[in-house]
Amino acid sequence: MADPEHPGGLEVPRTNYTLLAVAGVLLAIPIVALLWVSSYARETPSLWGFPFFFWYQFLWVFICAGCTYAAHRLVLAARNPGPGKHGHIGDTDLGGDERGQQ
Amino acid sequence: MIPLAGRTEVDWVALSVLILLFLVVTVLGFMASRFKRGDTLESLDEWGLGGRKFGTWVTWFLLGGDLYTAYTFIAVPAAMFALGSVAGFFAVPYTIILYPIIFIFMARLWSVSHRHGYVTTADFVRGRYDSRVLSLAVAVTGFVATMPYIALQLVGIQAVLDVVGLGGGGNWFAKDLPLLIAFVLLAAYTYTSGLRAPAVIAFVKDALIYLVIIVAIIYLPTTIDGGWEGIFGAAKDKMAATNEVTGKPNGAFIPVSGQMWAYATLALGSAMALFMYPHSVTATLSSDSRTTIRRNASILPAYSFVLGLLALLGWVAIAAGTQPIGVDGEPNPQLVIPQLFEDSFASWFAGVAFAAVAIGALVPAAIMSIAAANTFTRNIYKEWLKPHATHAEEAKVSKIASLVVKGFALLFVLTMDKQNAINFQLLGGIWILQTFPVIVFSLYTRWFHKWALLAGWVVGLVYGTVAAYNVVNPVNGKHFGGSLAEIPGLGDLGYVALTAFLINLVIAVVLSFILNAAKVSNGSDETTAGDYFADAGDPRVEKDKKVRPKTGGQGMIIE
Repeated sequence: MADPEHPGGLEVPRTNYTLLAVAGVLLAIPIVALLWVSSYARETPSLWGFPFFFWYQFLWVFICAGCTYAAHRLVLAARNPGPGKHGHIGDTDLGGDERGQQ
Repeated sequence: MIPLAGRTEVDWVALSVLILLFLVVTVLGFMASRFKRGDTLESLDEWGLGGRKFGTWVTWFLLGGDLYTAYTFIAVPAAMFALGSVAGFFAVPYTIILYPIIFIFMARLWSVSHRHGYVTTADFVRGRYDSRVLSLAVAVTGFVATMPYIALQLVGIQAVLDVVGLGGGGNWFAKDLPLLIAFVLLAAYTYTSGLRAPAVIAFVKDALIYLVIIVAIIYLPTTIDGGWEGIFGAAKDKMAATNEVTGKPNGAFIPVSGQMWAYATLALGSAMALFMYPHSVTATLSSDSRTTIRRNASILPAYSFVLGLLALLGWVAIAAGTQPIGVDGEPNPQLVIPQLFEDSFASWFAGVAFAAVAIGALVPAAIMSIAAANTFTRNIYKEWLKPHATHAEEAKVSKIASLVVKGFALLFVLTMDKQNAINFQLLGGIWILQTFPVIVFSLYTRWFHKWALLAGWVVGLVYGTVAAYNVVNPVNGKHFGGSLAEIPGLGDLGYVALTAFLINLVIAVVLSFILNAAKVSNGSDETTAGDYFADAGDPRVEKDKKVRPKTGGQGMIIE
């Protein structure tokens, strides 16, 4: 329910934090992998004439797209817990409208 | 008398194709005002954000056209050609990790902006802390960082015109006329159609870019001895060879020990900075729902793949022996891609390739000028000069501001050495990253104190500027020689912007702790926790939308 003092104040959706954490890991994987430069700064094994350094990063374009898409689906699911599952109210330090929600 | 050492003749076939395609997008630009048209263009939501109703595919083209600019297409292969992978190929990890990063926070920014009618990030900061000063800091940073970026789009067009053989005439008028015409047309249809113009033109731009790069990457290696192995071999030899001036190797083939931090910090810092730029935010906020941007985070990497291929074209040029020499007879690595196309393709296809780059400049230039104009209108004009401006007035001011912004960019390119534009762009990247804590952290928490964020911003800005000034180009001895400096306490080179960001962050944390402990007021917050999850079609948002035109958007909650 919206807080009467904030007409139009919206509710925080119920959230499944386990799914959200999995999504977070999926998003972190490409970031960590690509910032860990020493893990791939080498020439071999090469592929179709491309040194490892180059084809490996091209490969991550696809892996990253997959991770982000999976994270997208997970976050959608996390924000809509099915019947019988109780989500939590997050962001309680964010001001004014928690009261009406429980 | 024409003092030319390089090309003298104009490639008329390529030029004709270029002009033809240019005319097509000009017509499209003017017709775009009808695309997904609302009741009126007389508000910033309509003119400056396309009515906030672009779906997944329009947003994909628009963001792709916006982020992967003509200058990127010129500069990344040029860096590969001249300096190698650390300076050039970092663009690939940069534009990959970009998407998980924006996935995390852009949906929240979209929601709160949708809920409160924010058009710029400075609008959000204003609402979050009720702080005009902090909001102004964000607005000015965004505005100043965007200006040289627009100018560099012109540099992209210039590079193409140069290789076609234009721009070498004796007097300044003949030299600059083609660029002038291109820009007047761009200014005219941006003025009439707003964000819808680049949205429509982006379809053409992206189609041409994909076509040209796929053809180039398949065809060109077949013309080179040894194919890809020959290309990488030639690049390795060039990078390992000793530079006569510096006595060091020309560049990096693959980052070696001591260059890893540079590569990683360039990628991370650039990725964090990109969506602080007003033009990225404008393109994001024009999407029609909270999920549009997240869905896009998984399909936009297609452009990163193309950018990686394009970067490698810089090395194809090494193997092909491309000589990037301007009409003025001076060597200029920035001409390497247009020159490679000119040398390797039939004239008509070279024309298509040139059009791809030139049109590629128009889309970001239009969005950037709209974004800068929106920032000026909302956060400077309305906030400081005319608080009761109506929606129609806002749109009017923004349209005029977009013209002024483009005028300045043009003047910048025509009157100053273009190295200045490049230096300012480098500084802009450092500066814009300093707004990251204010914008992104504030999307999650109000623990950070507004004055602490402001202090961090100031220190980060000063440190970054000084550090960048102190980078001396080893070849010509000039300041602002690059964006890498020693990371204090680590010894290796790293991206100046990210070091400045860390200093900024430490200041913000320490001062927030002190100010919060001292219970100094942190302003009032007009947003609520639920606002950060608002999605399209929420009945309460719809109700507000009807109210908003009367009360004037921002500030409606404070009465």
